[in-house]
Amino acid sequence: MTNAAEFRTCPITGKKVFKTTQNLMWINAVTAVVFILIGGIMALLVALTRWPAVHLLPADLFYRFLTAHGLNMLIFWIVFFEIAGLYFGSSVLLNVRLATPKLAWLAYLLMLVGAVMVDIMVFTGRADVMFTSYVPLMAHPLYYLGIILFAVGALIGCGIFFATWAIARAEKTYEGSVPLVTFGLTAAAIIAVFTLSAGAIIYIPTFLWSLGIIKNLDAAMYRLIFWGLGHSSQQINVTAMVSIWYLLGALTVGAKPVNEKICRTAFVLYILFINLASEHHLLTDPTLSSAHKIANTSYFMYLAVLASMIHALAIPMALEVAQRKNGYTKGLFEWFTKAPWGQPGFPALIFSLFIFGFIGGITGVAYGTEQLAIKSHNTWAMTGHFHGTVVGGTTLAFMGLTYYVIPLIFRRELIGKKLATIQPYIFGIGIVLMSLGMGAAGTLGSPRRHWDVTFAVSIIPFSFDPTVILFTTVAAIGAMLAVTGGAIYVLVSVLSVFFGRKMAANEAKII
Amino acid sequence: MPITSPEKYWWKPADKQEKIWITLSLIWCLILFAMMPLWHIYGKQNPSAEPLKIRPADFMKVSNVFIEKYKVGEESGIAIVEPPAGVDVYLRGQMWNWVPILKLKKGVSYKFHISSTDLMHGFSLQPMNMNFQIVPGHDNILNFTPTEAGTFHIICNEFCGINHHTMVGKIIVM
Repeated sequence: MTNAAEFRTCPITGKKVFKTTQNLMWINAVTAVVFILIGGIMALLVALTRWPAVHLLPADLFYRFLTAHGLNMLIFWIVFFEIAGLYFGSSVLLNVRLATPKLAWLAYLLMLVGAVMVDIMVFTGRADVMFTSYVPLMAHPLYYLGIILFAVGALIGCGIFFATWAIARAEKTYEGSVPLVTFGLTAAAIIAVFTLSAGAIIYIPTFLWSLGIIKNLDAAMYRLIFWGLGHSSQQINVTAMVSIWYLLGALTVGAKPVNEKICRTAFVLYILFINLASEHHLLTDPTLSSAHKIANTSYFMYLAVLASMIHALAIPMALEVAQRKNGYTKGLFEWFTKAPWGQPGFPALIFSLFIFGFIGGITGVAYGTEQLAIKSHNTWAMTGHFHGTVVGGTTLAFMGLTYYVIPLIFRRELIGKKLATIQPYIFGIGIVLMSLGMGAAGTLGSPRRHWDVTFAVSIIPFSFDPTVILFTTVAAIGAMLAVTGGAIYVLVSVLSVFFGRKMAANEAKII
Repeated sequence: MPITSPEKYWWKPADKQEKIWITLSLIWCLILFAMMPLWHIYGKQNPSAEPLKIRPADFMKVSNVFIEKYKVGEESGIAIVEPPAGVDVYLRGQMWNWVPILKLKKGVSYKFHISSTDLMHGFSLQPMNMNFQIVPGHDNILNFTPTEAGTFHIICNEFCGINHHTMVGKIIVM
């Protein structure tokens, strides 16, 4: 164990980076990258199977690998990265040592053991249940236990974030209010607490049910509470991603929020209302009343949409103001055209912002209408929607940030800076093609989670309009590009973290 | 900077542009907010609003009674059923069929009871692309009025096991 008080001072920001924080960030971030590698290989195989011209895997492996893809990407990669982000947002940004580092290691171990358990169950064919594991489809009890352990670990991670915050406040390591990025991450951590609580409420009885201790679980009740975890966990991602947008803006062009009040109020709106987005999954369900559906998805939800609209103004505005200060004042758009497109953080930020807003966000709000849900529920358009939000948005923002975390926190120079710079373009364009292809095919009826949209082996013959196959192919080509971008990301970050030149203590180079 | 603490008094009034944007956004959110309930009143296609729980075994029984009573034929081992107007229609999702095949009349209103006797299924009517979640233990009650003649298919769009992709049903409208 390193001494908890040992720290260095960042030559660029003047922040204290404690050795324990650095180690814990390192292990969580590196583990996240291992899981995106697993999830990425699954993505490649799944995409090559959905592509009718290739149709690579047999049906059983397709459904198994699709389950693995969802869990490794949506949960393991993102949450491990977010825990690293929470330790950064509290300890580094508030200049304070991390609270209870030993407990933080325990949290990490719980998450790791949980994730490995889940992966073993899935890959050995004992949990072919998809990411959602809808009751009464049953997995091996260790699958549910793995998820519970992972969630408990993540919950401890959130607790350490709050505890670190409290220490900083008590020891007055910052003046006035916390920085905006920490504020945003606090919103994310609060959302994480009620999200993970919903997870505990549903996974513990499901675990007991898989052991035979509980006899009956209502399938509709499972769906209602599961989505309190399943969708709300994506709201943690949204909130963390928006915080990272502000951070990337600062790192790339020196952007600072124009009006702190507006940005912070928007984060508070997220905390209060965004959880209700989970109700969108239930719009075509039986049993729930129309009043219930309308109250949750129509009335309150749009206040969270308003928050996103506010960030959608505040972030580009901050970028423009900063760039104009940097001297790019010609015309309306010189600030944008002369932006640092040649370093990875800026294109990652812009692609993430646009894909999240225009592909993920707009489709999300539209499909979240009760009547439009009839046209899109469980179709491939849904898959297109959340690849716009969580892949094009969150994952791309996290990728862009990684290229700064490696030199700034891990003190290694990037290997393959040129590759890192083109990576957001390849990944971003890939995700755009893929999400739009999925959206178009889904709008024509193509289902999600489906091994064969040509229905070659169905008893009652059926075939889609051939346009579906065309758009499926577009999506598959996009997926190939995105997988290439993902591979570059893994390559650059792994090489840099392990073999990059160690930077001198006073070396003030961002990238 | 967003990574440093803001100046002491950061609770400042919004700028004019910010106010315009937020007002426009709020108006748009209110329009969206009004659309969903309004469509319930004035629109013709809405999800089920009649909650009903039914045990899978009971749904199996009532749907079998329905099939036997109005059966007119068989295709690929699945009963073809032609219910008269005014009779409740029972459609069962099961691994991996939609049972029965239905023969309906154009312009007649039918009250559908759709449920599952095993896992979750996804009712997906093609080519109109109308989708509903089918949950075992719960009856998804929907009122359908076919407006054109022809053959329509129901695919399953909720994962329901290894042969999920073979699950196709049929509705013939005369």
